[in-house]
Amino acid sequence: MGENELRGGIGLRLLAALVGAVLVAPTLVVIPLSFTGRASFAFPPESWSLRWYENFFTDPGWRDALLTSLRIALLVAVVASALGTCAALALNNSGRFRGKGLVNGLLMAPMIVPQIVAAIGVYAVFLVWGLTGTTAGFVLAHTALAIPFVIVAVSAVLRGYDRRLEQAAASLGARPFTTFTRVTLPLILPGVLSGAVFAFVTSLDEVVVALYLQSPELHTLPVKMFSSVTVETDPTIAAASTLVLVVTTALILLPQLVRRSSKEAR
Amino acid sequence: MTRTARDPGGAAVRLTALTKRYGSAPAAVDGIDLEIAAGEFMTLLGPSGSGKTTTLSMIAGFTRATSGSIEVDGYDVAGLPPYKRDLGVVFQHYALFPHMTAAQNIAFPLRQRKVGKAEIAARVAEALELVQLGAMGDRLPRQLSGGQQQRVALARAVVFNPRVLLMDEPLGALDKKLREQLQGEIARMHRELGITFVFVTHDQEEALALSDRIAVFNEGRIDQVGSARDLYERPATLFVARFLGESNVLTGKVTDPATIEGPGFRVALPRGASSAGSGTASVVIRPERLTVLPLSTPVPAGHNTLEGTVSGLTYLGAYSTVTVELDCGLRFTVREPAGASGEVTPGTPVRVAWPVEQGVLVSS
Ligand SMILES: Nc1ncnc2c1ncn2[C@@H]1O[C@H](COP(=O)(O)OP(=O)(O)OP(=O)(O)O)[C@@H](O)[C@H]1O
Ligand SMILES: [Mg+2]
Repeated sequence: MGENELRGGIGLRLLAALVGAVLVAPTLVVIPLSFTGRASFAFPPESWSLRWYENFFTDPGWRDALLTSLRIALLVAVVASALGTCAALALNNSGRFRGKGLVNGLLMAPMIVPQIVAAIGVYAVFLVWGLTGTTAGFVLAHTALAIPFVIVAVSAVLRGYDRRLEQAAASLGARPFTTFTRVTLPLILPGVLSGAVFAFVTSLDEVVVALYLQSPELHTLPVKMFSSVTVETDPTIAAASTLVLVVTTALILLPQLVRRSSKEAR
Repeated sequence: MTRTARDPGGAAVRLTALTKRYGSAPAAVDGIDLEIAAGEFMTLLGPSGSGKTTTLSMIAGFTRATSGSIEVDGYDVAGLPPYKRDLGVVFQHYALFPHMTAAQNIAFPLRQRKVGKAEIAARVAEALELVQLGAMGDRLPRQLSGGQQQRVALARAVVFNPRVLLMDEPLGALDKKLREQLQGEIARMHRELGITFVFVTHDQEEALALSDRIAVFNEGRIDQVGSARDLYERPATLFVARFLGESNVLTGKVTDPATIEGPGFRVALPRGASSAGSGTASVVIRPERLTVLPLSTPVPAGHNTLEGTVSGLTYLGAYSTVTVELDCGLRFTVREPAGASGEVTPGTPVRVAWPVEQGVLVSS
């Protein structure tokens, strides 16, 4: 019923398709480019090969950048979803605490503050603390950027979650920790998981802060791609882009596909 | 607080000067004293916002009392968190865990108490039997009707043998027919389990049908505690009289110990009711205590009478309701057995009479 109402006429659908194409097409161009047979960005490619993918996975520079990115993004997903879930639980609690509005504002700030401003601030402070060029530095900075996404995702689930279940659990003899693991967490898990995916993707494609925090020994994939555009004209970057595109798209679509199929199974 | 799993019997609950304040608003619960006997069915009855839920919630431990004490079997539990109080609680909206089946919900309190697997299975089956849901153990809450969900909630709240069961409007979300059916089951559970029930409702019929005693809440205080009969026949305050059943009220000044006088009336007071001394008070007369008499009939001995005109007559089968506009300006409702008032018709001047002893003097 709701779906039919949302579907407009043929004109509206064509317009939507056009806008979508204009927005997405430039991104998709990297896919054929990554399969080119020659060391150039000529489009359309004149011959085809997988050599740039081979290069991506064998060249130590590219491979190290990829592994660094994955390691940092995984750590960020874990840390940000743990911290962000705690924050969302506290912020959505019916009880008030002093400074609730301020805490909420500070946690959500990374969504609004221009990234370049945040990056310069982080760089200045991390330089003093000796955190530039370290995994810990990347994880801390990216976690701050990712927490708002986790808070939003978990808060959305919490709106449909009845806090009285916690009172019920307590009346039945469950300690607060048991109540959390047996009742609260299972019920908000979908929100926590989608928050973790957003955090992972946020870290994986973050470039501004990463440019400041990089060192010759430690830099992430986006940083490597950025410098590869400016110093080399090597289609390996197209292969890298395609892989990032596929991985992030799959990660974001996955929860929706799982939800749909589990709904159909019912 | 150790006791064997099958130790029968309920605990006594004693509230002393229990108070809850939220900010600067008038206290939500204002220094109430209440003694609930072991095994008793006590109902907290009162209008919306009178502090029933707040009181129950303080007993359960969800809300911290501002002052006063809560004793369960002589132990002060005010400092204990809810998970250490060992009280069963049933909520208005069931509060079943949606990701667990009915059987898993009922097993939850037993698992917290580290009961063995085989015993959990046996006791869950027994609890499902108790609420007549034997075959429904594998269903998730959303696969059950409202009434079935509330039965699972009842089973879950008693399966660990708490000595007190607290219920906050457990039938409030159900339709009338289901409500009556579940009332019957709650009464049966009370008989079979023999534990103390504390039941919150704002439905006076429900309170009258189920309770041993009823505590009537009025703006954070308890106006009166007593059996249904006590409250109906000897209300302590005008509020209680009005809240339970219909009443006709005469408000005036108690002049000498035996009469009350108001604008256009002067009636005798029942014996022994004059402890209030002089001052403003009210006399409450229930509609079925009144009779309508033609003016020609002599006044029976020991009766109070007031004159007026019949303004309405409703025939309701077993009885009829006669509305009389009194000469003093008040309107009285009289309930008479069918046939008793055959001759009155609207417009007839009549006398309303009641035995002096049937009026109840209350403070107003
Ligand atoms: N968390 C709270 N914060 C502030 N005031 C509250 C809170 N909870 C209850 N109150 C107030 O306390 C008073 C008593 O509320 P309570 O819920 O105990 O009433 P009740 O008798 O259960 O009413 P109902 O029949 O509507 O459930 C009300 O005036 C209510 O507004
Ligand atoms: Mg209430």
